[in-house]
Parts: sequence; C-alpha cells; structure tokens
Amino acid sequence: MAKKRVLVVGGGLAGLAASMKLAELDADVSLMSLTRVKRSHSACAQGGINSCNDLTRQLGDSEWRHLDDTLYGGDFLQHQPPVKELVYWAPQIIDLMDRLGVTFNRTPEGFRDQRRFGGTLFKRTAFAGATTGQQLLYALDEQVRRWQASGHVTKYESWDFLGLVQDSSGRCRGCVAQDLVTMEIRAIPADAVIIASGGCGGIFGRSTNSVACTGSAVSRVFQAGARYANAEFVQVHPTAIPGADKLRLISESARGEGGRVWVPREPQDARPPGAIPEKERLYFLEERYPKYGNLVPRDIATREIFNVCVKEGLSVDRGRMCVYLDVSHLPREMLDAKLAGILEIYEKFQGVDPRAAAMRIFPAVHYSMGGLWCDYERIAEGGLNLCSPRTQQTNLPGLFAIGECDYQYHGANRLGANSLVACIFSGLSVAGGVISYVNSLPNGLAAEQSAALFAAERRRHEARYREILARADSGPNPYRVQAELGELMTRVATVVRHNGELEQAYGRVRELEEEARRCAPSDRGEWANQNVVFVRALQDMFPLARTILKGALARDECRGAHYKPEFEPLGVDAADPAERRRQAEEWCDQFEQNNARWLKTTVASLDRDGEPQLAYEEVDTSLIPPRPRLYGVAGGDLIEQAFAERQARRAAGRKP
Amino acid sequence: MNAGARAEGGARSFIVRVLRQDRPGSEAYWESHSVVHEPDMNVISVLQRIAEQARTVEGKRVAPVVWECNCLEEVCGACTMIINGRVRQACTALVDRLLEERPGAIELRPMTKFPVLRDLLVDRTRIFAALHKVKAWVPVDSYHHMGPGPRRSQDEQQMAYHYSKCMSCGCCLEACPQFLKIELTRGRDESAEAFRARCFAAYDRSFMGAHAIAQVELFNQNPIGKMSARERLDALTSEGGIQNCGNAQNCVKVCPKDIPLTRAIALAGRHATLHALRNWFDR
Ligand SMILES: Cc1cc2nc3c(=O)[nH]c(=O)nc-3n(C[C@H](O)[C@H](O)[C@H](O)COP(=O)(O)OP(=O)(O)OC[C@H]3O[C@@H](n4cnc5c(N)ncnc54)[C@H](O)[C@@H]3O)c2cc1C
Ligand code: SF4
Ligand code: SF4
Ligand code: FES
Repeated sequence: MAKKRVLVVGGGLAGLAASMKLAELDADVSLMSLTRVKRSHSACAQGGINSCNDLTRQLGDSEWRHLDDTLYGGDFLQHQPPVKELVYWAPQIIDLMDRLGVTFNRTPEGFRDQRRFGGTLFKRTAFAGATTGQQLLYALDEQVRRWQASGHVTKYESWDFLGLVQDSSGRCRGCVAQDLVTMEIRAIPADAVIIASGGCGGIFGRSTNSVACTGSAVSRVFQAGARYANAEFVQVHPTAIPGADKLRLISESARGEGGRVWVPREPQDARPPGAIPEKERLYFLEERYPKYGNLVPRDIATREIFNVCVKEGLSVDRGRMCVYLDVSHLPREMLDAKLAGILEIYEKFQGVDPRAAAMRIFPAVHYSMGGLWCDYERIAEGGLNLCSPRTQQTNLPGLFAIGECDYQYHGANRLGANSLVACIFSGLSVAGGVISYVNSLPNGLAAEQSAALFAAERRRHEARYREILARADSGPNPYRVQAELGELMTRVATVVRHNGELEQAYGRVRELEEEARRCAPSDRGEWANQNVVFVRALQDMFPLARTILKGALARDECRGAHYKPEFEPLGVDAADPAERRRQAEEWCDQFEQNNARWLKTTVASLDRDGEPQLAYEEVDTSLIPPRPRLYGVAGGDLIEQAFAERQARRAAGRKP
Repeated sequence: MNAGARAEGGARSFIVRVLRQDRPGSEAYWESHSVVHEPDMNVISVLQRIAEQARTVEGKRVAPVVWECNCLEEVCGACTMIINGRVRQACTALVDRLLEERPGAIELRPMTKFPVLRDLLVDRTRIFAALHKVKAWVPVDSYHHMGPGPRRSQDEQQMAYHYSKCMSCGCCLEACPQFLKIELTRGRDESAEAFRARCFAAYDRSFMGAHAIAQVELFNQNPIGKMSARERLDALTSEGGIQNCGNAQNCVKVCPKDIPLTRAIALAGRHATLHALRNWFDR
C-alpha cells in the first residue's frame, strides 16, 4: 500500500510538532509555510511555557489546579475535556522539549527553573532566556530537519496555501498552493490536511504578531465550508511599544519587577518624563486598584490604559496614544540582572534607554482565542480519546486544525504562557487521530484519486491569480485599504465594544471589501511577485474581519476579552447590610441567567453569499462548574460568598 | 502623486537608494525612492512605504521592492540585507540612526554571498544545507514519555543558550572572506529535485561558515547530542569544514545575536584536531 500522505500547513510550534510526530508514525509529511519554518511567528514568544511541575506540586499545585486556572482565566468558555487533557500532558511536554535540547534556564542545582506568570499563584512557567518561543521552535525545527534528512518530510517553504482539494463527498484530498518565487501553482495530493497557520493579527493592521499572521490559510478553508468559532475573542496585551511597522511586546515582567504606569496630570505635558515631579503624575492603576496596583490582570490594565487616553484625554503624546511605563526609578543592577532582554528590545527599537527615561507604551492586539472549530472525543473520566479521528478534526472530513488557529483551549481569554504548550500539545495529539482517519478512508488514498480533480482545482486558483494580475490600473491601493481596515478594526473591535460602532463598522468593512476586490497590483511580473500575494491575502482578511464584528455585535455580555460596557453588571454599592446581601443575590441571579444565555461557543459558517451565519453551541462544563470572575467588582467578596452558598445548597439538594 | 515632491505639513523626506535586480542572472541597477520621514521608522517601514508608493523619485511607476521579513523584532533572521554598506537586520536598522551616520540618503543592497532571487530577496538554502551536514539536532530515541532531559548546570545552559540563539540570518557568512558565493543555474531539462540535489552537493563541498561550526559545538556539548559527536566532527573536518576558516574574525563582529563565534571556532578547532588524532590511532 502507498504511504499515508499528510499535508501540514504552517511550520510554527504546532505544525512542527505534528510533522515530527507524524513522521515518527511513518507518515509521509508535506510541510508548507510562507516563510522558512525556522522563521515562523512562534519565535517571537518571550515569556515561557506553563505546566504543573515537581516544585509547584509540593506547594499544593496539581494538574487539576492548572485546569481550574485556565478555565477561570478563560471565563469558562472552553469545552473542559480538551483542556483537561492538555494540562495533564503539559508536564510531559516540557520533559520532551527538555530532552530535545531546549535551553531552559536552570537552578543552581541543575533543575529547570520556573517563574510566575499572570492568572496563577504558582511558578508554573518554564523559560529559556528571554526567547522561549524561539528556543522551542528551534528544537522542533531541528527534529523535523532530521526527518527531512531521512526522507519522511518534504518541505514546501516559501509557498502560499491557496485552498483545499475536496472530492465529490467533501473529503479533503490535498491542496493547491503557489511557490512564492517561481509563482508556480501546483496541486498537492494528501490524505489529510492539517491547518497550523497561527493567528490573524494582520486584520488589525499593526499588532504584536509577525507579518505572516494574516489568517489567509484559515480564511481560505473557512470559505470552503469549515466553521470558525469564537471569532470575537481577541486578546489585547496592555503593554506594547508603538512602532511604524509593528507593535512590539514589552513583557508583563517589567511590571512584575516594579515598573509603574503613569501619565502626566497636565494633558500632553511637554517636559521630558524625568522632569515631571511626582505630584504632577497620575499613577492611575495604583490609584484605582490599590490592592493590585500595576499588576492587575491583562484585560483590566488594557482597559484602563485605553480609557485614560481615549476618554480622559491624558495620552502622553498629542499625535498618538501612549502612557508611560517607568522602570527608571529602579536600581540599574537589578534591571540589568532581571530585565535586560526586555529593556534591550525597547532600546534597540526606540533608541532610548529605559533605565534612564520612562518607556512609552500602549495596548496592542496580541492573540486570537477564536479559530477553526474542531472536534474531540470525550472519555468517561473527562479527558480525551486521542486515537479518535475526531481529535482536532474540523467539520470538513480530513481537515484538522491545531495551534493558535484552533479555538479549543483558551476560551474567552488566554492565560500568559498557556499558548505555547497548547500549540505543541495539539500538534502532538493530532497525529494519532490523523492516522486513524487515514486508515479508515473509504475509496482509497489521495494518490489514487482522479487527476481531473486536482487539475480542476489548480485551474481555479490559476484563474484567480490571473484575474488579480490583469486588474485595471485605476483600482485602489491595497496597502491603504489594509491600513484602513486595521485602524477600523482596532478602533471598534478590541478593548471596548459598542453595538452602534460595530454595526457601522460592519457596513464600512463591506465597502472596503469591495475596494479590495478592485485593488490593482503595482507589480505585474510573474517572478517573486509579493504584491499579488499581498492583494490576495488582503481580500481573504474580510470574511474573518466580518465574522469578528458580527460575533462581537451579537454577543450582548461581558466575557473575558469581550467587553461591552452597556452590558456590564453593576456591583454591590449599598451601605445597608441587608440591601448589600440582596444586591449580591441579584448579581448571582443575573450571572446565572447570563450564563444560560451566553455561556456558548459562537460557531460561524459562511453562507452562499459569503455572509457569516452564527450558531451557538453548548459548552461542556462538566468538570468544574462555572463561577463568577469577580476581579475589581465592587462587593466582590460578598458576591463570592453568596455564590458559594448557592452552590453548596445545590450540591446538598442533589444528594438523596 | 509624486512622492518625491510631497512635503505634507513640512514633513522631511529622505532618499532611499536600492540596488534592484529583476531575476537571477539579470543585470542589477540602482533606483531611488523618496520617503516621508515618520517617527520610529526602521528600514522595514521604509520598504513598506516604498511598496505603497511604487514610484521612483523621478515619478516613474515601478514594481514594489521585494524583500523578506517576518518577526520585525530580530528573532527570525529573515530580513538580512546590506544597509549603508553594513550587513545587518533591516528590522533593527532605525532610520534616524542611519540618517545621522549618513545624512540625506539610505542605501540598501542584497547580500552578496547568496544568489539574488529578486531585489533584496536572496536564496539562503545553503545555510540550512549546512545544518543538515553537521546533523544539528539531538537524536532522541522517540517522542514517547521518557522523563525529563539530563540535568545541566547554569553555566552549561548559558553557553548553550548563546549558541542556540542563532537565527540562521547569514550575517556571519556575508562578512567572512572564506565564504564565497555559489550560484548555479537550473538546466533547461533539469527537474526541481535534481537541481536541488546538485545545489546541495555543491554547498556540501564548500565552506560551511561560522554559524555551522557553532552548531557543532552546541550539539556536541548537549548530553544526548554528545553521544553522536563523532559524526558531527566528521562533517566538521570534511571538505568545506573548519580547516577553511582563516580566523579573520569578521563573523563575530557582525553577528546580530552576539554569538561567541570565535570561541566556538577555537573550541571546535581543538575538538577537530583531537578527532583527527583519534581517527589516526584508530586506523
Ligand atoms: C510577541 C508575542 C509573545 C508571545 N509570548 C508568548 C509566551 O510567552 N507564552 C505563550 O504561551 N505564548 C506566547 N505568545 C503566543 C504564541 O507565541 C503563539 O500563539 C504561538 O506561537 C502560535 O504558534 P502556531 O504554531 O500556532 O503558529 P505560528 O508560529 O504563527 O506559525 C504559523 C505558520 O503558518 C504558516 N502560514 C500562515 N499562513 C500560511 C499560508 N497561507 N500558506 C502557508 N503557510 C502559512 C506560517 O508561515 C507559519 O509557519 C506570544 C505571542 C506574541 C505575538
Ligand atoms: S573567523 Fe573564520 S568563519 Fe569567521 S569570518 Fe573569519 S574565516 Fe570566516
Ligand atoms: S551565527 Fe549570528 S550572524 Fe551567523 S547566522 Fe547565526 S545569528 Fe546570524
Ligand atoms: S524580520 Fe525577523 S529578524 Fe528582522
């Protein structure tokens, strides 16, 4: 029998993990990427990778608590069985990466060192210098190179995935792709296709993402009928350096080590930050959140920084929005010992030494919790059957999704350092299911399918390419269209959302989409034409952009990264104790009603006219019952107590 | 709209001279673009503006300049080019600094040691071929659960981390007098696969460069990698190996990741000598 052929689209952590595991299982892997896989976006991750570990265990941590933190952080929007499987695998994944040579930081005794990240009390985060993502990526890249040398993996680097080849029954039988240098368009047969193409920050113009994160591959399978889930959940990181080309992340650890966030009380005070006296500074996080100060969680910090600039007009600069993140008051030796890597990024790109002067920062789009809808098979104990072909499979038979472009693990908000582990886990775990799927394929392998099927799809994409090349000169400039799309999406669909604005933006995005269809390339050549590739990717941003807007518009609540002030429940503000109690009970009633309505996965599919249609799917919350995320809510303690009593009453009621 | 004549709100513009080439083997030519100055610009954003304008300073419509990039924060190694005569990453090349160094104009050229595909885009396959050659990986038995990796001291970790930050950007190769360009052309009837094999064979025979030598050190110091150290030393001492290094030490000066290349070369040299002796005694 011919060997099983699997196509992996994307060579970040997820795609590489899948490729090496599939090669080990003796599949014939084709690995495709826009860039050399070693240059994939995963290289950007700085902070680290989470798992429960020997040390945290002794302080009371467990896989179950990692599960709990992840679900709580995600506002309980995840199906719980896949997350359970993930956290139980996490320690083994770190061990494996350790064996593969990842240069994890060490303790003096030679064990792996860990640090603490947001959303937990435990030091769960292993790290490798200031470039954990890069180090993990390289270890997997090296393994895949080894399989390439032995003939198990064929790389298609610098190729653009254009679309699926599906047989008459809808099964994926391969793809069509284009070589970005020769511009050759080719059909590549495969028995299963795995999409591992990462996030879609490009839709927001500038973000913390890399240039290749346009969402193009995902959009293309979405347009072919795959479902897309929880699009409206987009994580915004509070502290990034505004740049002309990219918004570069400044890690949470700057605040962890004592960095303070402030703005001058006098709007746009022109003096250099160091010359502004203490009492003329507004340390707004410390003032408003005395308990947590600068270390409030990501979504809260983001919202406050945004408000201080947008609502209160206190941005440091007039022309663009930013606040100060200041470490200049801290001792230099400490900064050099603990934050050198991060401060160097600022210095390198801004040409200013943050040890001497406050940094200018602003929130930036960072991560997409939403992604391709995919399946799993639950077992009785609450975890997964990883041999099931349903594992990570989308609704299109033979199409799988892993990594940042799947939606399964982070719910409404991702915890720091949980993404890298989820990418590697989904990559490793998809392999068994893919093999089971291919083994059970009726009507033979892709290699035995009719050549006409592949030729027809190839011609369709060739025609699309030719159509773009031949467009009239008078069309709009694609770079300006992208800039406007990005600005609009960033304005209405990130930190704070209002229905009126979302609705208006939807109309404007429709118009921009029309413009993008007429965008003329300024390069008509047929050799390394990046311009045409850009125009095509731009066009494909719109179905996802509209799905994000529509999902956000429909979801009338606040959950995780999705914040609509109109629907924010009021806290407990009465003085009278009985009244306070009543308010707390009312709060809990509202919480439960809201969950009954909105604790649901948004599942979008495109109809015939390309309009996203939304459906809502129950979330499997069978392992840990959802509870309110009460951060910063007035009277939170009381609400927590009232809610706990309710749950206890119910538990007692259930007992015979 | 003529970008060269544009001076919106009195914004300064500056000239960017780019050495362009349409295809492999075709004639290279200089072209000038005018770009309006913005705060926080780097060479990537300059190239983005050039793509948007797609017009030369004379107002002639041209195709956007082609170049490679991804991370935009100097961790992916994609955007190497020669900027004002110096090989470096475009994403960390800040416009204000460049204009201080050389007022009025910025000059961009493709790397000279690799075949130009188009404009600033070059074919760096040879870098990755060297990683194949030296078997730059940890040869684990399987991906099953076998417990944690070996314990390592902080010093070992630090040293390994220095080497493992290599992002295969090629700066060290561009600067190296011993690393010479290899440019083959695909024959009329030659398949892509056959052409690739021919390139790999040619790369294999010529100098691997400092980055690959450092990778040998990285993996030969890894507790598991060590077990197959002899294979890597064979590669290191074969044709195209460390004996080509003339110790000019240009490489270490241009490495954007400050990888201790001269240290790696010195150590690898010592290990290669021991290896040769051992092979000689084993005979
Ligand atoms: C600045 C930054 C810091 C971060 N820090 C952390 C951290 O500390 N801890 C943590 O857990 N997470 C972190 N994250 C998140 C994490 O890095 C990403 O979610 C993760 O790396 C995504 O990996 P991936 O494998 O899904 O995709 P990626 O690494 O994005 O790879 C996508 C791949 O798909 C390919 N591709 C895309 N489109 C196409 C196409 N059309 N055709 C062919 N190929 C295509 C690309 O070339 C690439 O190879 C961070 C993210 C950012 C932006
Ligand atoms: S030391 Fe060796 S590798 Fe480095 S530049 Fe000189 S000759 Fe090249
Ligand atoms: S050693 Fe340095 S210069 Fe050479 S490829 Fe690696 S990172 Fe680039
Ligand atoms: S774009 Fe990645 S190194 Fe410059």
